[in-house]
Amino acid sequence: MSLAQTKETDVSKRLAEMKVSQSGWSAPARKEAYDRLMKMGMPQRRDEYWKYTRPDTLTSGEAIPAAVQKDSEGPIFDELDSHKLVFVDGVYSETLSDGLSLTGAVLELLSTTEEVDIHWAKSLYGSLEKNGQTPVARPLAAFNSAFAEEGILLHVKETLSKPISLHYIHGSETSDVILHHVIKVDAGARATILESGAVAARCNTVIEAEIEQGGQLNHIRAQGRDHERRAVTHVFAQLEEHSQFKSFTLTMNGVLTRNETVIDMRGDDSIAHVAGASVGDGDFHHDDTVFITHDALRGESRQVFKKVLRNGATGVFQGKILVKPGAQKTDGYQISQSLLLDDDSQFLAKPELEIYADDVACSHGSTSGAIDEEALFYLRSRGVAADEATNLLTLAFLSEALSEVENEDIAELINARLEGWLKRRR
Amino acid sequence: MLEIKNLCVSLEEEDKQILKGVNLTVEAGKVHAIMGPNGSGKSTLSYVLSGRDGYEVTDGSASLLGEDILDMEPEERAAAGLFLAFQYPVEIPGVGNMTFLRTAVNAQRKARGEEEMSATDFLKEVRSKAKDLKIDADMLKRPVNVGFSGGEKKRNEILQMAMLEPKMCILDETDSGLDVDAMKLVAEGVNALRSQNRGFLVITHYQRLLDHIKPDVVHIMADGRIVKTGGPELALEVENNGYADILAEVA
Repeated sequence: MSLAQTKETDVSKRLAEMKVSQSGWSAPARKEAYDRLMKMGMPQRRDEYWKYTRPDTLTSGEAIPAAVQKDSEGPIFDELDSHKLVFVDGVYSETLSDGLSLTGAVLELLSTTEEVDIHWAKSLYGSLEKNGQTPVARPLAAFNSAFAEEGILLHVKETLSKPISLHYIHGSETSDVILHHVIKVDAGARATILESGAVAARCNTVIEAEIEQGGQLNHIRAQGRDHERRAVTHVFAQLEEHSQFKSFTLTMNGVLTRNETVIDMRGDDSIAHVAGASVGDGDFHHDDTVFITHDALRGESRQVFKKVLRNGATGVFQGKILVKPGAQKTDGYQISQSLLLDDDSQFLAKPELEIYADDVACSHGSTSGAIDEEALFYLRSRGVAADEATNLLTLAFLSEALSEVENEDIAELINARLEGWLKRRR
Repeated sequence: MLEIKNLCVSLEEEDKQILKGVNLTVEAGKVHAIMGPNGSGKSTLSYVLSGRDGYEVTDGSASLLGEDILDMEPEERAAAGLFLAFQYPVEIPGVGNMTFLRTAVNAQRKARGEEEMSATDFLKEVRSKAKDLKIDADMLKRPVNVGFSGGEKKRNEILQMAMLEPKMCILDETDSGLDVDAMKLVAEGVNALRSQNRGFLVITHYQRLLDHIKPDVVHIMADGRIVKTGGPELALEVENNGYADILAEVA
């Protein structure tokens, strides 16, 4: 048996051993997702969409163990006034959390509603993921819909007074976690969702977010610093008229991260911003894969991704703007940039535009570069030591992505973490 | 203050000698001017003194207050009291002007073993100094030199100089790209910093800056050497007759 076949069998064995839940409101959606997955198969290295990132450790039978890192800095969003929900290796912790009662929203857990037959999330669960499977297949998201064990079901009916903070504690070295969150934001309502923490040795998370007319959802995520953790995440957002979705992800460390964001701008005048700042040193592979579909008038989308790479770290960006026929006055912007702090690191970028409307403005750019020597000398000539000057310029490089975070308190917390990360590497 | 002896410098990349034995001493409290035609090595001298990469010192020495500076890192030279006002100040997107100034001030203080300046003291000082140079709050907030006009960039250089309070200031063609009003502002900023404990080396192509910043000594540089030294009248001679006469005279 060849090595490839061994791995194939390993994946099949994993799937055969897993049970799709047969009962409750999500059962039909899970069954459908399972069937989708069987048709697509798990991602393979030869798949075009996985050309730059090897999927094998994400699909393998067992998660590769990952050491739990002592976190001296503490959870990043703890300083903020938020409604906190904590998951330890994917299991909701009642004692560590603020509970499920919330003014202006219905907040439930996937696991505890399992036996209910009728549920508001029924029409959403798996449906945004399903829509996101064309034109590009995302088997690991279908896998998630079929097998997710936990997640929040959040129906935002009014503007929430404070963010909901999901904090994920990585507890066991061998944890393998599947989380699936469903969020519905009603017309005119606003909510902010924060995510933080390393989750598990391996995690697969999906967020499906439907934002009704005039609704707004902010999503800010800080992926945990555990060096050996692996993560594949999908965010599916569906935007109705005048709605807004803004998502920012901070990634520091992690041996493998694949973050996919799939946005369907189906309502006129909707706004979608997706941004990310990632910093990696050494054994670090970080992949941002974004697919934004403009299918309505006057949509505005922005993708801003910045990566700082050193000691052989790898960054990947696959970003696409698809402008469908009739999506006139679309305003699309996409930038992906890497700062390579040495010659060993690499950045692989595949920016794509596909436009079927004639009255649109779309721009995109992608660059890789080193620290600007002129700027470095200028700073040093003013007395700033070389390493401090390099850090200052590195933060400056990341600042365009960071400026996508509208809340200044949150932006400051993120900046402080980045500063800390850079200082530890002097 | 600044003592340069027989300084010989080549470009690292190509085997080309730029400075061919420069001798120059700037005393504390004095303003020296270096004039000379294009390509005479004036800017190279300023870069070599401030520690820019790409130059190789093949002979000679340069010291600041008796301390050899040529082996120091650029930031060490700055902490020792050397300041270069750039001919082309560098734009640094993403770094706020204020952050830049505070980082620089405190880095130098730290290097000298002094206490860092408190945020309030810093703000007070930077605001008052910026006001003298007609630098508004917006310019302080914006990223360093990004979108600044030529005059704004040069004023920003002088603001840095005023904040860092160096012992030895080198001004590299600070007049280039300035209109008359901007030049007056810059010159006033420089003149305000003239003191018994501070030396200046003003590099310029034209005499007009020296109408505003009156030099004590004027040097003419040509082909990598200082070929003539005199008083302020030497600058006027250049203004009236060009460099050709002087160069013919010393040849």
